[in-house]
Amino acid sequence: MATDIIIHDKKDNVGVVVIEKITPKQDCACWIMEDDSSTNIQSLDEIPLGHKIAMVDLNEGDTILKYGHDIGKVVKSIKKGEHVHVHNVKTKKW
Amino acid sequence: MFTFTMLKQRNGSFMEIPKSFLGYKRENGRAGTRNHVIILPVDDISNACAEAVANNIKGTIALPHSYGRLQFGADLELHFRTMIGTGCNPNVAAVIVIGIEPKWTKKIVDGIAKTGKPVEGFHIERTGDIGTTMKASKKAQEFVMWASEKQREECPMSDLWISVKCGESDTTSGLAANPTVGNLMDKLEPLGVHLCFGETSELTGAEQVCATRGATKEASEKFMKTWSSYNDFILKEATDDLSESQPTAGNIAGGLTTIEEKAFGNFQKIGNCKFIDVLEPAEEPTKGKGLYFMDTSSAAAECVTLQAAAGFNIHLFPTGQGNIVGNPIEPVVKLTANPLTVKGMGEHIDCDVSKILSREMNLSEAGDELIKTTLRVANGRLTCAEALGHKEFVMTKLYRSA
Repeated sequence: MATDIIIHDKKDNVGVVVIEKITPKQDCACWIMEDDSSTNIQSLDEIPLGHKIAMVDLNEGDTILKYGHDIGKVVKSIKKGEHVHVHNVKTKKW
Repeated sequence: MFTFTMLKQRNGSFMEIPKSFLGYKRENGRAGTRNHVIILPVDDISNACAEAVANNIKGTIALPHSYGRLQFGADLELHFRTMIGTGCNPNVAAVIVIGIEPKWTKKIVDGIAKTGKPVEGFHIERTGDIGTTMKASKKAQEFVMWASEKQREECPMSDLWISVKCGESDTTSGLAANPTVGNLMDKLEPLGVHLCFGETSELTGAEQVCATRGATKEASEKFMKTWSSYNDFILKEATDDLSESQPTAGNIAGGLTTIEEKAFGNFQKIGNCKFIDVLEPAEEPTKGKGLYFMDTSSAAAECVTLQAAAGFNIHLFPTGQGNIVGNPIEPVVKLTANPLTVKGMGEHIDCDVSKILSREMNLSEAGDELIKTTLRVANGRLTCAEALGHKEFVMTKLYRSA
């Protein structure tokens, strides 16, 4: 089955779109690389190739996990299936 | 003509990894993947003369740059180390050095001469550009005709010194292109190659994890000291939150949100290898085969220039959105996993691993493809960047001149 979203690590709360784009309300097939397992998610936004989707609801102050590691903090709450990027996540460094 | 070693792949298949490549053997025992005769200006004001010589004598290449006057202290040391190291690189057969005055010119000539390769220096003061161009051109013609008779010979894989740096990264870099480089490192490290990664600032967020990959306690501590010092410098100079610089606009367009996310993607390039030492910018490794970390800027041309000056003879450059950098002496092999980049700017991509994303190719197969491409380039195939004329030679400057 075609993969729409790849997730690095089981612990991650975001996935990466690997097709040209996903559209709102699309049922997406997700592949979790770490243990070669699969899951599904319905998108809320249009999200282009390479951009991230929230796999769970996230509140302001929550930590984004990718590669199983902390890659920044949520600065505006994000619903499961929404686009995750510079408009709602910021670095904890610099 | 090649002998092969069989490596069992995770998917159960076998790929025959050659034990040798065809390189140019140098006087000091190193081997080059290229056979350049370079015209090396000591300083900015000697660029015109160096370029005039390279224009006169076909098959030579001038390496113009912007610095070399009134530098002092560690910054001057780095300038000399980069100049001398570039001349010493085994991809260089012979060198003409041209500077404004004799003393610094001689210092660079003497440094390069230790390799045993032909090198001669010329200074412009009291002679002028035209007279110097004539004298240097005569010697350059002699060098290039001598070098043109050099033949490629079979060299062991351990003669490959492979540097890596990624650029215009996006999330596909961390998912696939960078892990492909890591897979190559895991397969070639046992064959005794030298490996080098850098980009101190772009490990920010992953620095603690990176430190655990030091092969010794000393290497780990040296890494943390180096990273902290660079990070302190960035914090001191930053007038805003660096959102215009890190991640870059290209990174953000490609989906990377924070420096931490970029760093963990970047870090995939070293596979499961451990680094045995931490190098100063442009410092030649001296602890033998294995992986080294070099303290470098994360700007592509600066980083590759420093790695080439340390003696690395082939470079692997994974990109997401499509960085197009090249280097005048060290061939830069590009790979990407982003299908849009392959489609839109395929003339810059030497190795396409985008099928990892559609799961039509696994990481081990991608690593094998990259090994094949790397060896073809080591044997003489031009890289995309070479064919397109990319020769970015960019000196790293540490601070203002006196």
